[in-house]
Amino acid sequence: MINKNIYKLLLLFCASVQINAQQIPAPKQSKSILILNATAHLGNGKVIQNSAIGFKDGKITLVADATTIRLAADAYETTIDASGKHVYPGFIAANTTLGLVEIDAVKSSDDQEEIGTFNPNVRSIIAYNSESKVVETVRPNGVLVAQVTPRGGTISGTSSIVQLDAWSWKDAILKENDGIHLNFPSSFKRSGSWFEPGVIEPNKDYPKQAEEINAFLINAKAYNQTTPKERNIVLEATKGLFDGTQTLYIHADEEKQIVDAIQLAADNQIKKVVIVGGFEAYKATAQLSKYNVGVLLRRVHDMPTSADQDVNLPYKMAKILTDKGIVVGLENSGDHERMSVRNLPFLAGTCAAFGLDKEVAVQLITLNTAKLLGVDATCGTLETGKDATLFISEGDALDMRTNKLTTAFIQGRNINLDTFQNKLNRKFKEKFGQK
Amino acid sequence: MKKALLLLFLSVFLTKTYAQDYFPVNESVHNKSKNYTVFTNATIYVSPTQKIEKGTLLIQDGKVVSVGTNIAIPKNSITIDLTGKTIYPSFIDIYTSFGIEKPKGNMTPGRSRNPLYDTKRTGFYWNESVRPEVNGYETFKYDQPKADEFLKAGFGVVGTHVPDGIAQGSGALVALNNENNSKQIISNKLTNHFAFTKSALTNQQYPSSLMGMMALLRQMYLDLDWYKKGNSETKDLSLEALASNEKLVQIFATEDKLNSLRASKIAKEFGLNYVLKGSGNEFERIEEIKNTNAKFIIPISFPDAYDVSNPYLSNQIELADMRFWNQAPTNLKVLSDNGIVFALTTDKLKKIEDFKPNLLKAIKYGFDKTKALEALTTIPAAILGKSDEVGSLKTGSYANFIITSGEVFDEKTVLYENWVQGSKFVVNDINAKDIRGNYDLTVGKDTYKWKIDGTADAQKSEITTVDAKKVKSTFSIAKNWVSLVIKPADTIKSNFARLTGFVEKADALSGKAVLSNGDELVWNAVKTSPFVAVKDTLKPEKPNHVMPVTYPNVAFGDTKKQTAQTLLFKNATVWTNEKEGILTEADVLIKNGKIAAVGKNLSDASATVIDAKGKHITSGIIDEHSHIAISKGVNESGHNSTAEVTIQDVVNSEDINIYRDLAGGVTISQLLHGSANPIGGRSAIVKWKWGSAADEMLYKNQPKFIKFALGENVKQANWGIDNPTRFPQTRMGVEQVFTDYFQLAKEYDENWKKFNAGNKKGKAPRVDLELQTLAEILNKERFITCHSYVESEILNLMNVAEKFNFRVNTFTHILEGYKVADKMKEHGVGASTFSDWWAYKFEVNDAIPYNGPIMHNEGVVVAYNSDDAEMSRRLNQEAAKAVKYGNVSEEDAWKFVTLNPAKLLHIDDKVGSLKVGKDADVVLWSENPLSIYAKAEKTIIEGVVYFDIEKDAQKQLAITKERNELIGQMLQEKNKGNSTQAPTRKEKREYHCDTLEQL
Repeated sequence: MINKNIYKLLLLFCASVQINAQQIPAPKQSKSILILNATAHLGNGKVIQNSAIGFKDGKITLVADATTIRLAADAYETTIDASGKHVYPGFIAANTTLGLVEIDAVKSSDDQEEIGTFNPNVRSIIAYNSESKVVETVRPNGVLVAQVTPRGGTISGTSSIVQLDAWSWKDAILKENDGIHLNFPSSFKRSGSWFEPGVIEPNKDYPKQAEEINAFLINAKAYNQTTPKERNIVLEATKGLFDGTQTLYIHADEEKQIVDAIQLAADNQIKKVVIVGGFEAYKATAQLSKYNVGVLLRRVHDMPTSADQDVNLPYKMAKILTDKGIVVGLENSGDHERMSVRNLPFLAGTCAAFGLDKEVAVQLITLNTAKLLGVDATCGTLETGKDATLFISEGDALDMRTNKLTTAFIQGRNINLDTFQNKLNRKFKEKFGQK
Repeated sequence: MKKALLLLFLSVFLTKTYAQDYFPVNESVHNKSKNYTVFTNATIYVSPTQKIEKGTLLIQDGKVVSVGTNIAIPKNSITIDLTGKTIYPSFIDIYTSFGIEKPKGNMTPGRSRNPLYDTKRTGFYWNESVRPEVNGYETFKYDQPKADEFLKAGFGVVGTHVPDGIAQGSGALVALNNENNSKQIISNKLTNHFAFTKSALTNQQYPSSLMGMMALLRQMYLDLDWYKKGNSETKDLSLEALASNEKLVQIFATEDKLNSLRASKIAKEFGLNYVLKGSGNEFERIEEIKNTNAKFIIPISFPDAYDVSNPYLSNQIELADMRFWNQAPTNLKVLSDNGIVFALTTDKLKKIEDFKPNLLKAIKYGFDKTKALEALTTIPAAILGKSDEVGSLKTGSYANFIITSGEVFDEKTVLYENWVQGSKFVVNDINAKDIRGNYDLTVGKDTYKWKIDGTADAQKSEITTVDAKKVKSTFSIAKNWVSLVIKPADTIKSNFARLTGFVEKADALSGKAVLSNGDELVWNAVKTSPFVAVKDTLKPEKPNHVMPVTYPNVAFGDTKKQTAQTLLFKNATVWTNEKEGILTEADVLIKNGKIAAVGKNLSDASATVIDAKGKHITSGIIDEHSHIAISKGVNESGHNSTAEVTIQDVVNSEDINIYRDLAGGVTISQLLHGSANPIGGRSAIVKWKWGSAADEMLYKNQPKFIKFALGENVKQANWGIDNPTRFPQTRMGVEQVFTDYFQLAKEYDENWKKFNAGNKKGKAPRVDLELQTLAEILNKERFITCHSYVESEILNLMNVAEKFNFRVNTFTHILEGYKVADKMKEHGVGASTFSDWWAYKFEVNDAIPYNGPIMHNEGVVVAYNSDDAEMSRRLNQEAAKAVKYGNVSEEDAWKFVTLNPAKLLHIDDKVGSLKVGKDADVVLWSENPLSIYAKAEKTIIEGVVYFDIEKDAQKQLAITKERNELIGQMLQEKNKGNSTQAPTRKEKREYHCDTLEQL
């Protein structure tokens, strides 16, 4: 019965697709909904084989074992039988430029990078295009939340966290200005040129470049001790780093960078620090543990950085760090980074293939990322009181072989999983008379 | 004043230079000497293998008159007694640019992406990097300071040429005769030079890649042949020069082991005999180097150890680079042990004085001393065809020889003199007395202890007071004159004494001392004890433990080449890709490199049985579109059509990405030219036989393919609006390019057919590799794989093909193929696409992940490819996306990365499925290969296990161990005070379709 209703709903949306390139954001959920009998992956490492997940008014109200829980017949207005299916909290894509660029090679569609060295005041959220065609293609694979992050410079700017079904950037905000992004200088530099790369050699300017960042932070901290009459909007934008309301995201891959950057942040009494990238974080776990710094691990579908490394090292790094007690999330920046956000679940799947427990792999793109982004109070797990941002998949959502979403909710709203791509699919299948 | 300078100049000039007999002289009257010079009582190496004790060498007029023990000495002889000394023939360095300035262009590489076709030259070959008409001797200017460096190192004769361009022109042979400029040129045109380097003097973009250089060389030789036969209507001075240079010694500078193999390939194709100037890494592929049957010229520049004192930084250094430091000194030994004939060169040395220490190092690492001498004398002489003139002291040879204190390749041996054509060059004073020892020195009332040590040709001194306090002093000895300045320590006044004295006897020195007040005294020094060499008491430094060479010589290489096994996999899930479908609990038998049986309850007594219960077996993954393992450029972007180039020339067998692909279950890839031009280059289909040489990796009897491209890349759409430089700039222009070239090819083909039908009478048409390749397409002998995205361009190329009566074989990328799947089916073209790529440029805005499934459902043969070094090792997961997005059955989806690409490549008769008799290209998976959780456990090609997950773990441990040992060796090297280099790593570029670069 319930399924039928949902299909009807879907069909309705499909019809509307004919006139709109983008999907219409779902209306507020008026009903309370109960998802029964699915295997629930809670996002915190736990799994309930036969679950009962309920939500009302956009919040999760029930997470229980369906075989033991007793509910009044009218406890929920709508029940979805999800036997044989799987429920997950919405996956969270950290450090993305989703909505900032539409087509990589078309400069006029690109809003990801400002000119300048220290730009903490530059805010990604106001350029986020909630109607991006790319955004609608990531949802059908389970990615429902994203951190929208600016690029470039030494301090790129300030990111925000959005849910991916909204009429505008304002409607999309889950957490505005969650943190500031620092690109730590590399202790190596490349020589040669684009057409003839030379060697990678020690960066002699590294100490100087690191000191410039230190000087900026010292200055920023001093500024924010008072409220000067003459405003400096650059320094003002860093206030949250020192009062603990914002996270400093340090983009760094090399061991030395990571060790130095964490120390530098600690020296400047920055409360919350996350390493983004962290290719060599596995060599700096002592420093990470000492200052309780987590890692948003760079795209694991990547090559080793040296011919000597284990060919599968990138696939194994999440496991190595997790075993050392580091909080690990995943991020996906790099080539084709927006369109491949939809492959985020499979990055986690690869981590599971190479040793990580499957539920812990789920955690990488749910609870852990939510913690690192500071949104774990509202999302990241299937727990009562959190947003009902979750989805149902026919099978294991970390495996492309079985990742097939039937339904997804963002804050309880039943979102449309159709895409312009599927519309083209239907159009041409119809042309060729394919089923 | 001016006049005085001029006079001075003239006098210097005249006293130094003797001229030809018939040159006018301005030096009183002709003063021609016909005296003999005779060297007696020397140990004489007439050649490296002919040694005469207490021999006599008689020379006259710069030539050897006779050599032996019983020589009649003419009366008008000047005799030099060389008792205890040794004479060797002077050394020869064939490969230098002595006295020639390397041309400098005003353009830097990569400066312009504009394709400059036109040549600035008149009457020469169309490509300015072909410059055989350049003659080294024409710009040669004797460089005496440089000559002195060579002479000090023992060289008497050098070859020199202009090191610029691909065909560089002729080289001369020069005697390092500082005194007689009329004799310096021994041969003005002796060698003819080639290299894989673009001319610094050209603005032409072609060739921008190594494969372009290979193609240019081929075309040049074909043109030469055609021109020589008188078929050309026009004059080409380059080809004429090339023709006249054919009789010279052909030298090809390759600078790398793989490039040596490439040059050798050209040599074999055109029946040439290149002498290959190598790089020092020949030992890494010694079998293949040996099989070239070429003679070599080998540099002996060894890398410094890396400074590994900072562990953060030293992590960056790759094993291959550390290992090369460790192994490089063995190169000469390995070459020699393998019977390869080679000469040595000073080329690549930072300074020529490093030559001896480096050679001694090579000898320490096992290089035979006699071979070393041969490589410097008789072999270069033989290579040059000048054995009667240089390289030995046979009668009639030039009197080019060195006089040493003993065996030439001994650390302690002093080189005294280097005679070239009978002219003496003094390196160290042969009469210098060895005054090393401990003395009591008396200067007036003062007495000191005086210690003289160091080496015989670089003596050092130290003065102490009688109670052993050090006294400041400076010392020198030249032409047996000692000079010593003593500044006594017990005074703050400038109270110094200057001592000089001529050494008559080595154990009692004396002379005149001048004190600071001007008083003159006599000083005496009496030897109290003889010199004892400190080093002699120590054991000679042992060579480092040399790491074994692996194939390839990088991390994860194998020390031995792997061999085919007989393997029986039991109880697996077997994806046959045949009508049997997916079998459960089935066995697969591999034998003699082939699939021997597939079924239940198989057995074979000779087989190694592998329990594969719960595991899956498939045929190997085939990547239809890859750019890994390519040397120096994936695009020849110099022209809009480059059908003449082929990736088969530039497969890089040493690329770690090969091993990484194997770890992802990939056994075959098609390496494609990039997509910078509408008509790209020919492709290479390779089997990833890790450890084998590039040519062994090439798929046997492979079908011929060529890469074409359409759309934004070829019309340079993303190069910025200021860069509309090359036709075509629109899809409209692309159609015209194709039509034009196919029409040209058609006419070319018809001309040849006519010529051949007419019994090859009359003037032959020119062989044009580009048009010949395109004609093969028209004749259905070559297939096109075309880079494509949007509907219009797909239809366009099929349209052009149909007009010329052939069909396009494969559209690659083809992200809008779903829009025209019916038309593709009708044309008969296959599709090799991405599973889910889009949004990276405007032309992929309508790309959808349902593309593959729609085309598949329409009956088009569909493959998923990588075009990406990383994704190629996860193609199994890409196939799974056809299941996810398009509900393709798992069995069919798996064929997207195995059987279907085999069909597209026309190799499905041998690979692509588990069928009895096909090649045993097989992968053992930990689970369903479409699952993200699946790992390749064994990847097998023709029965050889090239990747094994357990062996891989062992290799990782071995890598760590070897790195640590090498780091230990390098730390020691630094502790010994030897020079080191900063930790660096070569950056590697991963190629994509649109990677452009310039050489």
